[in-house]
Amino acid sequence: MSPALHAIISFLETWWVQLVSGVLIVAVVPLIAGYVVLVERKLMADMQARLGPMRVGPHGLLQPIADAVKLLIKEDIIPDSADKVIFWLAPVVSMTAALVSMGAIAFGPWFQVAKDINIGILFVLGVSSLGLFGIVLGGWASNSHYSLIGALRSTAQLVSYETAAGLAIISGLLLAGTLQIRSIVDAQQHYGVWFIFLAPVAFFIYLVASIAETNRAPFDLPEAESELVAGYMTEYSGFRWALYFLGEYANMIVVAAVATTLFLGGWLRPFPNVRWLNWLDVLPALFTAAVGAYCGYRAGKQPVRVQTLFMWAVAALCFLAALILAATLFVPPLQAAKPGLLGAFWFLLKVSGYLYVFMWLRFTLPRYRFDQLMHLGWYLLIPLAIVNVFFVAVAMMLETEFGWNRWLALIITSVFTLLAAAFLMHLHDKRTAAASAAASETSDSYAG
Amino acid sequence: MLDSIIFYFFAGVAILSAALMVTRRNAIHSAVFLITTLLATAGIFLQLRAEFLFIAQIILYVGGIMVLFVFVIMLVRLDVPLHHITFRFQKWVALFVAVALACEVSVMFWYVRQLPSAGLLTPPAPADKLPPNSEQFAKVLFGDYLLPFEIASILLLVAMIGAVVMAKKRT
Repeated sequence: MSPALHAIISFLETWWVQLVSGVLIVAVVPLIAGYVVLVERKLMADMQARLGPMRVGPHGLLQPIADAVKLLIKEDIIPDSADKVIFWLAPVVSMTAALVSMGAIAFGPWFQVAKDINIGILFVLGVSSLGLFGIVLGGWASNSHYSLIGALRSTAQLVSYETAAGLAIISGLLLAGTLQIRSIVDAQQHYGVWFIFLAPVAFFIYLVASIAETNRAPFDLPEAESELVAGYMTEYSGFRWALYFLGEYANMIVVAAVATTLFLGGWLRPFPNVRWLNWLDVLPALFTAAVGAYCGYRAGKQPVRVQTLFMWAVAALCFLAALILAATLFVPPLQAAKPGLLGAFWFLLKVSGYLYVFMWLRFTLPRYRFDQLMHLGWYLLIPLAIVNVFFVAVAMMLETEFGWNRWLALIITSVFTLLAAAFLMHLHDKRTAAASAAASETSDSYAG
Repeated sequence: MLDSIIFYFFAGVAILSAALMVTRRNAIHSAVFLITTLLATAGIFLQLRAEFLFIAQIILYVGGIMVLFVFVIMLVRLDVPLHHITFRFQKWVALFVAVALACEVSVMFWYVRQLPSAGLLTPPAPADKLPPNSEQFAKVLFGDYLLPFEIASILLLVAMIGAVVMAKKRT
């Protein structure tokens, strides 16, 4: 056997788990993103008292697949005056960055591609921020005013809000004392409480900043359709547009996973150290069984026979998942799989909850104006994040150096942080009041 | 075997895109190739198990500085032929810098050849026995080199305040 072949075989023997899970990420994330879109449309319909997609499959369950096929067979247009290579490259960059950063995220204690990466959470942040190049280069290469303005807005917005998000994450990392994703979750188990309760202000800042970073409403200025057609994606169509779209939704999943890991306890169940709540381990099986039962109940009410069958198939899948989850609890030889599967369930549940908040805010709040967005970032969030880092560090020092109670220290410092926030809000109100007074004095052109 | 394949891949990409970065006429293309060079260098850092250096390179240089570069390039007029913007002694300055760099690299090669341990400054540690990289980095930076670190921070702060003062409109 030649040495090269031997090297390849030994390489595969060592790394096959990583390779397979990498391929799985690339294959599964587009599907998940498609269904996140469906859930979003359904939620929007619900909040607007409509039904949403109902025609393709029962309750629109096959809509994502139909959309994907439609996008694949659409005509692919490249503008004549576009910079061809960069136009071609930009969506790929956007999507690759999101997918690569997913490699370091741990979906439960078992499912992680890059196992021992020492800089875990920094890797996720750094690589996912490279997706910005996809937006900037795409907007520039399209050679259109709308695209260029969208790209410029996007750059300014992301550079501003990444600072706030980074500072918010530093508060969480101070509590955890490590960058490794596994150790962050272990630290929360050790404390016996999720970091959202120890650093609520940091979580709030991260929530706002992550909405802005993923270009979602109410901060979707780079693609504001009433001003810029579609922003940086104006000239894109078909599959390239789909790549941008996938990148955006993959990025949403990434920021939700980071928030879950750092602030919401990762794959820990609620109250991980309380012994008498151990019955919560049954909850995943019961939950999936309940979803299956509801699907079975709805199956009888479908108008077409095919849709009834499909609904029954979905119900059967749910029951199968419930059976697997229950088997890991009660069948002794399978109990080795319990932490991995239950952890994945709780992690995905928390990620879905975070995404739900994203969508809820999108349907609730009107879009910000660009100067309001910049004011919010630079005058409120970034100073508040810096103050928060300072006070969290003070609380940690009070605990380790002076032997204070941890809760007392953190509650006092949180109060101080909130006072700082109130002060910043007050300054902001005064500034806007002064600005509007000045504006009403000078621009009197409509007064007649 | 695999290690050298990965190293030569990253090194080749870095050198090739660095050459392309210098020769492209279009400023955005140059910026893209500079990004590629920085990423390939980051890959070499990762292969040396300097994870923190790798991510610092990506977050600061690629994700921070290059974004601002591209931002500025997009704002300037690109139809000004950039190769016309030269100054008087440019050729001579370029020649001098190139010769100086070549001297530096050859001295480095000569110095490394003189070392007893077959060209390596320190023997490589086994990968799984290395202490966590970012912790080591923090200990050195905030322990042994605290004063230079603080001086550099104050310098950056002064530069930032200066920029704000200069950019602010005088009302």
